[in-house]
Formats: sequence, C-alpha cells, structure tokens
Amino acid sequence: MTEQTGNPGLTAAAAAAQITERLGLDAGVAGAEVRVSLPRERWVEAARFVRDALGCRYFNWLTAVDYKEQGLEVVVRLDDVESMVAVTLRTRLEPGQTRCPSLTGLFRGADWMERECYDMFGVTFEGHPDLRRILLGDDWEGHPLRKDYAVDTPQAPYR
Amino acid sequence: MEVKPPVPQIPPPVWSEFKDLQEWEKYHQERQGNDKASEALTSIADAIHHMPGGWIVTTSTEKIFNWARKSSIWPVTFGLACCAIEMMATFASRFDVERFGMVPWASPRHSDLMIVSGTVTIKMAPMLKRIYDQMPDPKWVVSMGSCANSGGPFRHGYHVVKGVDRVVPVDVYVPGCPPTPDSLMYGLLKLQEQVGHFQKTGERPAPAERA
Repeated sequence: MTEQTGNPGLTAAAAAAQITERLGLDAGVAGAEVRVSLPRERWVEAARFVRDALGCRYFNWLTAVDYKEQGLEVVVRLDDVESMVAVTLRTRLEPGQTRCPSLTGLFRGADWMERECYDMFGVTFEGHPDLRRILLGDDWEGHPLRKDYAVDTPQAPYR
Repeated sequence: MEVKPPVPQIPPPVWSEFKDLQEWEKYHQERQGNDKASEALTSIADAIHHMPGGWIVTTSTEKIFNWARKSSIWPVTFGLACCAIEMMATFASRFDVERFGMVPWASPRHSDLMIVSGTVTIKMAPMLKRIYDQMPDPKWVVSMGSCANSGGPFRHGYHVVKGVDRVVPVDVYVPGCPPTPDSLMYGLLKLQEQVGHFQKTGERPAPAERA
C-alpha cells in the first residue's frame, strides 16, 4: 500500500460506481454513505478494495446484527476522512453460521472490534490472532446481545 | 350539574407479592455476628467494670469512646460510577464531611466504611467483595444511589448485580439517581446513629427496624 492520504476528490456516487464496476456488487448511496451487501466469501476482498482503491483507510466501527432465524449480519464501516465518504459493508451469515473472515490483516484496529463482536454476538472471526472475550469475564456463558439470550440468566455467584 | 372526575379504584399494594421484594428476601446478604471488638479488650473492660468503683471509669470512657468512634468514620475511597462524582462533592470543601471526622482514605485496611457509589457489575463484584474483606471489623457499608440499592435503571441488564446487598451486607441505603450530597450526608448522619447504637449494644438493627 502506498502512502497516499485518502482520496480528496472522491464522491459517494463515484465510489458506488467503482464498487459496482470493479467488484460487480450492488452499491446503494445514501448521502455521503455507500452501502454494499456482499457474500461472506468476498468480505476481505471488498474491504481491501475499499481501503486501497477508494482510500477509505479509517476503520470506523464493526458490529453485528442478529436477525434471529435469518442469521447474523456483520457490518463494518470504513471512512475516508479526506472526502468524508463512508462505505458500509454488510454480510449476512447463514442461519446457525457464526464464522466470518477477519479483517485484522487489513486493519490493526479491527482486532478489538472483532473481539467485542465475538464477545457480544459470538461471531467467530477466522484468522483473528487473539480471539478472546474483551469486555465480559472469561467465565461468562453465552453472548448477551444475541436475541435469544435470556437477560435474567443467572451469573453465579452474584446473578 | 356537578361533574366529578372519575376516581380510580386502585387496590392497596400487597408488599409480599412484589417479585423484587421476594428476590431481596432470597438473595440479600446478612452480616456475620461478633464483629464488635476484640475479646481481649472486652475482658479488660469487664475486669475494670467489676473492680470497686470501676463502673464510673467504664461508663465514662465508654461514652468518650462512643463519641470518638462514631465521629471518626473513615470511608474508603471507592467510586464506581456517576454517584462517585456526588460523593467527591460531599468530600470536598463545599459540603465538607470532614467536620464529621470523615477522612476519605485510600486504603481499605484503615477504613471503617465503604460507600458503594454506583453500578456494581458482575465483573466488578469480586473486587468489591475483596475490598470489603480487607477492611477491619467492625465495618459498615452505605449503598449509594439506585444502582447500588437495586440495580436501578440497569436492573434488567445482563451484566448488573441487582443490588450490592447481594455481595456485601448493607447498613444504610441512600436513594437517588444520583443522590445529592445532602442526601448522602443525611445517610451518613443516620449511619453515625447506627454506629453509636452498635458501640453501646453490639447489635446492628435489621433494615426493617431502621428509622
């Protein structure tokens, strides 16, 4: 990766057009945000394209959404702080599936975000160097932000 | 024709049916007895008391000691959340608990009182218990704020201990979210009354008997 500082002339429409042209993915535009839904296999490839070709080098956040029987969805937002264009990538995991490729090879900041996502949603990031719980105790059972987590689950000894 | 507003018919509450109170009865911690003083001191005081004229000495010294003990309660500096800001304000010059002889002390080994100011999470509870265990007997706990009393607005969260009385026995509950320094000082004055009572009789009143 070259030491370019973002992509000052980029617009959201141009970014969406590039994503559609180069990756063959449908990209929607909402304001300065580009929204892309993609399959799990192209997760790292799309993130690499957005980082290197579009210049969205700021890893803003990563989280997951639980759609119950329709499975989990992992969402990541990558920003270009020069042109203020934001790209939101989202991938739907199959029902019952928790494995997702890790972005730690591209962004160092993905490390803790993915650990938190694992902690709260139980998404197993493949290729993560140190996938442990980050916020809850090591002996915690379950993943509390899942929809099927019972909030009143007793956590011994203090509940 | 006079129009009267409808009077809502609300049945009187039956307190024993409240689920939260049932949980409190089930889970709250009771204090272990015999934490008043060392056996050696008690036996020395007994010996003096049974000497001829010794009761004059013991009663007057007890009065002095009582006054001294209850007016030098040292709270351990232990802030957990936003209630700690109000606790700091109470310790600072404007409200000045130092006139009650309170010195916020940064070591549990020299302290008599723990003010649990804030939300106790399940991850924090073992550390709180450890600090409580490090304090010498006799020791008191003030539960400050809704979160420490019952879990407060976070009661139905996944990670919150539903009241610090599930971890350590509590003497005074100060309500509020957060309590103002005035409320906390009122709680501390109530605690002083309890300390005086305890030093005289060695008994801690049950929560229902506390005024």
